[in-house]
Amino acid sequence: MITILTRYLTLFVLTLLVLAALSFSLAYLFPGDVLTNLSGITPQNEIQREALARQYKLDQGYFFQFIHYIGQLLSGNWGYSFISGLPLRDEIGIAMPATIELSTYAMLIAIVIGIPVGYYAGMKGYTTADHTINSISLFSYSFPVYWLALVFILVFSLELGIAPLSGRISLLFDIPNVTGFILIDTLLADGIDRGLAFRDALHHMVLPTLAIAIITTAAMIRLTRRSVIDVLSRPYITAARSRGLSRWQIFSRHILRNALLPILPLMAIQITTLITNAMIVETLFSWPGIGNWLIQAIYQRDYPALRIGMLAVSTLVITLTILIDLFNRLIDPSREKYERGTV
Amino acid sequence: MFAGFVRRCCVILTTALCVAACSKSPQDSFYQSGIVYCSESNPVNFNPQLDTSGTTSDATSHQIYGRLLDFEPDTGRIIPSLAESWLISDDGLTYTFQLRKDVNFHTTEYFTPSRTFNADDVLFSINRWRLPSHPYHNVSGGRYPYFESLGLAENIASVSRINGYRVEITLQRRDSSFLANLATDFSVILSEEYAQHLLNRGVPERIDHFPIGTGPFKFDSYRKDHYIRYQRNDNYWKNEVTAEQLIYDITPKSSLRLAKLITSECDAIAFPAQTELEIIRNRENLLLAEKPGLNIGFWAFNTQRPPFDNPDVRRALAFAIDKNTLLEAVYFGSATRAKTLLPGASWAYQADADDTAYNPVLARKLLDDAGVEPGFTMTIWAIPVERAYNPNAAKMAELIQRYLADVGIRATIVTYDWTTFRRHLREGLHDSVLIGWSADNGDPDNFYRPLLSCGAIPSGTNRAMWCNNDYDKLLNQALQTEDTAQRKAIYQQVNRLLYEQLPIVPIAHAYRYRAYRDELEGMTINPYGGVRFGGVSKAQ
Repeated sequence: MITILTRYLTLFVLTLLVLAALSFSLAYLFPGDVLTNLSGITPQNEIQREALARQYKLDQGYFFQFIHYIGQLLSGNWGYSFISGLPLRDEIGIAMPATIELSTYAMLIAIVIGIPVGYYAGMKGYTTADHTINSISLFSYSFPVYWLALVFILVFSLELGIAPLSGRISLLFDIPNVTGFILIDTLLADGIDRGLAFRDALHHMVLPTLAIAIITTAAMIRLTRRSVIDVLSRPYITAARSRGLSRWQIFSRHILRNALLPILPLMAIQITTLITNAMIVETLFSWPGIGNWLIQAIYQRDYPALRIGMLAVSTLVITLTILIDLFNRLIDPSREKYERGTV
Repeated sequence: MFAGFVRRCCVILTTALCVAACSKSPQDSFYQSGIVYCSESNPVNFNPQLDTSGTTSDATSHQIYGRLLDFEPDTGRIIPSLAESWLISDDGLTYTFQLRKDVNFHTTEYFTPSRTFNADDVLFSINRWRLPSHPYHNVSGGRYPYFESLGLAENIASVSRINGYRVEITLQRRDSSFLANLATDFSVILSEEYAQHLLNRGVPERIDHFPIGTGPFKFDSYRKDHYIRYQRNDNYWKNEVTAEQLIYDITPKSSLRLAKLITSECDAIAFPAQTELEIIRNRENLLLAEKPGLNIGFWAFNTQRPPFDNPDVRRALAFAIDKNTLLEAVYFGSATRAKTLLPGASWAYQADADDTAYNPVLARKLLDDAGVEPGFTMTIWAIPVERAYNPNAAKMAELIQRYLADVGIRATIVTYDWTTFRRHLREGLHDSVLIGWSADNGDPDNFYRPLLSCGAIPSGTNRAMWCNNDYDKLLNQALQTEDTAQRKAIYQQVNRLLYEQLPIVPIAHAYRYRAYRDELEGMTINPYGGVRFGGVSKAQ
């Protein structure tokens, strides 16, 4: 157990170090002044410039600069956006939870709908019901998320007028950013009609969440179905049948758990896709998340923001992937203890 | 079994969508308490004295601040505002203003005023841009482009306080457009008490980012690229029905603004694109107000760069383009052809002014005579933002590029983000630029002086970098008289001079549009300057 944890921790730290190194080198690779790319501040005169250069240890070798950079990252000094002039940590602190929130709800929908439907399709393997579910999910899986979101906007917002197309909540509500999760924040806010604000936030969330969830749900269905069909072909199922167990008994005792295990690592891969999709959908729904924020940064050539944004997104993805893999390792007895951690 | 399952899923999904969808019933009074305006861009700061861009004055001038005088939207007449009345001496040099009493400044989280508006505030607001020695003059950069472009500071001899509610301004020379200048979006009144308070705390620059004014709304919060939030000023001196909240939802894409207007996420939008006007007209619950605008879109040559310093070259380029095609392709008929700087709405408009005509053969000949060889390359800078006077500068630049190719000139189109664009323009890095001007008051001087006078080069509104002493002399002469017929005659001479020199090619005067939902009450178009939401509310 300890060995496994240590292995994963080492893997995690090493990956982050590589990412930090990449992010640090971006300051040199991006066009413009290294100092400005690192700090987000354009020095107004030589004195300020020297002070900044000392602060970022630019007078020393790359290695020391990098060590210092890590220190700055850890202490929360991420520099400033040179477009808005705000600390990047605050900006990401607002944008990141918005993306996580969107992805979480989409993942929940995908799990709650995708896995049961997948089991159902797998149990009914190669019947009409299975073929129908399978083709529908294949169909939805092949939608580009970009297109799906646009169709949603066109149909539900512009034609039917039943859902808003931008933002997280009507701007008339002044919701202070506490947790960064709008649904929770509406319930914590003072001096407003919380129920109304909560419903308004939910209302804004429906379309973007569905646009992302549909594709992930389709993926879940396909993964689960495949896994169930695999389990069904195992000899122990045949043995159970020959012992005269009922379908329900076979399902609950042998299929349910055994089919779930292979799905977990595949879910980790889905999370990467999910976050990518969320970032695309954000830009269409003007959702103030990290994807939208990065697009703006690219558009405005805000290099300090791009440098930190890239690091933040990749850290999120790596963390989730490693956590799921670790969880999977801890609950799956069939995997050997000396197996190495993977990203 | 399977069909049943699918049916159940559908039912669940539809219900979820409906629960969420039906939550926003239009009857809910909360949604009626505030107005959301989808604006096109971020303000540079919250003090229109410091910036001539329409975005800044839209976000501040009529919302947060008040002015001594105002324009009546329908007639353009100057009417009292914070000054209740005024007197002009016989020699036209001394103006005495009687100020309104019991006008409250905003009480906000960051400032609580202890006194009401008085003469000190007027002195502070004017002296800030007028006197380089003023403690606030250099706060936030020390540039006051509007006043600089008009040379107003040099013309004011003194501003003095007679008593708490009476102010006297003395000019060096007569200026018949002086009152009009005090009524523009830029001549806002700041709070002297607040300025003193900030100075004592050592943070004077906050005055331009956390504004305090006397206007119908007080500033609440601002997040760049997202929103500006205002609360109603309950102590506003004018008795108007105004919404409790005003929110600027910053939405740079014009199509997205329209989409939000349709889904009622915005109640009013800035700059609907010309291509979208039909859609708005055809929608039942959307209104489109239009008025001929006080603006001009033009093509300016950098007259300090050869060969554009030669009037014949400029004339040749003017003959090379077909203005009517530009009007149709870029404005879709929502503009009139410009002959001079002044639009038809101005009293000094000259209907029979000379205009250039499309004549590529003549253009080529003039170029040959001036020694500009075929294959000559130049740049056309196109503004990166939509403006009423030029809704699509990039497209116009492409059309002009093709016209110029016909006369053997290779043009490249240049564009940057708005801030960089304006900085480079000021530095004079362009050969020619497609830009324009929205006037701030109905006075002709407001077109001629900021756009082409020598004094407007350093302030960055003279995009042609053109300086002509005869021109400046004529403009000054026009301000010496109050007689409009006499002034009109002088402006006709100015037009003649401009036609001979062609530092800029006037292209179009665009209509002004504002699109809003029909439940907004009290919404008007103000041809003289920015949008105003005082007195606007939603039908209950």
